[in-house]
Amino acid sequence: MNSVKIYSRFERFWHWTQMLLIILLGLTGFEIHGSFTLFGFEESVRLHSTAGWSFLILTIFAAFWMIVTGQSRQFIPVRNNVKSQIMYYLSGIFKNEPHPVPKTAEQKLNPLQRIVYFGLLILVFPVQLTTGFLYLFIHYPNKPITIEGLESIAILHTIGAFLLVVFIIVHLYLITTGHTISSNLKAMITGYEKLESPVNKTK
Amino acid sequence: MKRKLKSMVTTLFVSALLPVLVILITIKVASYRSTPITVDIKYKADHISSVDHSQFKILQQDFNMPQEVTSACLSCHTGRDEEVMATAHWKWEREEEIPGRGMVSVGKKNLLNNFCTGANGNNGSCMRCHIGLGWKDKSFNFSDNKNIDCLVCHDQTDTYFKQKGEGGMPATHETANSHYQVPDYPYVAQNVGLPKKNNCGICHFYGGGGNNVKHGDLEEALLSCSKEVDVHMTMDGPDMACIDCHTTERHNIKGKLYSVSSANHNRIDCDQCHTATPHNDKLLDQHFEKIACQTCHIPEYAKANATKLYWDWSSAGQLDEDSKGYSEDDADGNHNYLSIKGNFVWDDHVKPEYYWFNGTADHFLTTDTITDIPVKINTLFGSYKDSTAKIWPVKVHRGKQIYDTKYNTLISLKLWAKTEGEGAFWKDFDWDKASKLGMEYNDRPFSGEYDFIPSEVYWPINHMVSPKEQTLECTDCHSKKSRLANLTDFYLPGRDYSKKVDYAGNSLILITLIMIALHFIGRITSTLKSK
Repeated sequence: MNSVKIYSRFERFWHWTQMLLIILLGLTGFEIHGSFTLFGFEESVRLHSTAGWSFLILTIFAAFWMIVTGQSRQFIPVRNNVKSQIMYYLSGIFKNEPHPVPKTAEQKLNPLQRIVYFGLLILVFPVQLTTGFLYLFIHYPNKPITIEGLESIAILHTIGAFLLVVFIIVHLYLITTGHTISSNLKAMITGYEKLESPVNKTK
Repeated sequence: MKRKLKSMVTTLFVSALLPVLVILITIKVASYRSTPITVDIKYKADHISSVDHSQFKILQQDFNMPQEVTSACLSCHTGRDEEVMATAHWKWEREEEIPGRGMVSVGKKNLLNNFCTGANGNNGSCMRCHIGLGWKDKSFNFSDNKNIDCLVCHDQTDTYFKQKGEGGMPATHETANSHYQVPDYPYVAQNVGLPKKNNCGICHFYGGGGNNVKHGDLEEALLSCSKEVDVHMTMDGPDMACIDCHTTERHNIKGKLYSVSSANHNRIDCDQCHTATPHNDKLLDQHFEKIACQTCHIPEYAKANATKLYWDWSSAGQLDEDSKGYSEDDADGNHNYLSIKGNFVWDDHVKPEYYWFNGTADHFLTTDTITDIPVKINTLFGSYKDSTAKIWPVKVHRGKQIYDTKYNTLISLKLWAKTEGEGAFWKDFDWDKASKLGMEYNDRPFSGEYDFIPSEVYWPINHMVSPKEQTLECTDCHSKKSRLANLTDFYLPGRDYSKKVDYAGNSLILITLIMIALHFIGRITSTLKSK
């Protein structure tokens, strides 16, 4: 077992900032939605709008970083082993079988993660950002372009929000299915994780 | 060792401190508020007269009749008569375009309402609030400038009054009684100036037969009120007069009410003093696009005295054992039954109803036939997609009034007469006669068959602006218990949502949690077994 650097400093910063922003956006967003009272409606609206801007800026930085470093390829779905990864979660994990796809610095995400994260990056985030900023700027008819009102924008935004909540719940749970219960979490904090294959050791 | 320390510091920095810093900056930016703009204007009412009217010889004569005062006024103020005679205050009607109808002349003179049904034909009583002298019947001469009553608006002594039942004339030596004496004309004429609150209020507070009956937001309490009742007219604040907002040029007074007018011009807007971005805050100011200032800043009306919200004519005419009319009061001391008028519902601190309104309105004309129940005495135009419409607070006065069941028209009643036997309902309690005479006076056909029908009239609320601490909260509209519940033609955040999406989303969350719980139990069981 070797300690291998999996997540760079930027990736960790990106991850934790994104986490905090999504929590803030989720709490304020669902208060605006009418699900509960927390900060007060006005405060939630102001926080949600500002956090939306922060999220946009962070996303631009992340996209830039991923393309420049080539790390974007980590998120491209692969065909191999999707089935075996599903089978692992459905049965293998109960029999203490090893992960079907070993984690390495070159391959941080398992095939299922790739599909889900790819979906987030290519679909949910863009949809949330687009509908969010449309919501912010085009909430009246004929101003500045003719729309039929907020309804479709708001409902798309709500669908995205529910998907993110489900994602977070699943994500939080799956963190515990690493090598040990806390190894995934530790890796995202420190950047290092103890991995089996010494061949993949990097710097 | 050193490397480990460095790595720990880096970890602390990128995984905790920097992300938290981003959140703190976000919160700081979100909490920024700029200060609202302040208004600094000179009030019209602070104008100091450039002459002393008591010095004028012409005003020192012994006037016998008010018409002589008017002549004296006009001898210096030449041309003002033409201005006055062009106004709705004089004509009680104005040519306006009603969308869908074209040019129509509407006003108090010819419109129906669901209070006393209409002024025309009840001149002795109703035309007391005309700015002329003695519009008692159709013979009144609208082109005689001496019939203008200058004093009722310009009197500064509070001693000049039009007498009840005299069609706008003050008491004469013949009609004077213990309530109404002949005015001291030289005294009044020498003390004239810009209209004060009570010059306007003497009519505009008491419309419908009593204080605050009609408007709900215009009543005698405004003469000396706290700032909770009205921030503009309060004695503890700017103590503004009507004419400070209702600015006037050549006797054309700005502002009008949509129970009697139709077109979107000559109106007063808050932004004439407050600008269109008074909050100096984008989030609040952008509401102005679709929300009238009044909507948030007048959370309730009739803040001092009650206003009439419902009037059922169908129960009128019940008499006591002596065949006399009688009255009953509600718990607050307001009439809830009058033999001459029927049943009422009054209320104070009333929450307005809310409607889209683009500044144009339709009216139920005397020539119209009833198509919808309740009959809409006036209709405020506007909708969400109408770029000129905003959400307005409205007083809706509902009623049940008499109509011709054969011709399907609303009946103009003859209610008032000086004495019994003239066929006026208030004296003789005879629906047939009162309907027949009222319709005759208005040159309208009456079949002789009548019943009572529900009707509604819409009065946009403009006065009784609350202190800023008492304005509506976001969640008064942006919540499931929204005040705007009846405006369903748009998506309102906080109020609206897709039931399907919420149901599906919540179900998905629940299913996920259950599956995770099962999965987790499976893992624990298998771990325990393997040990």
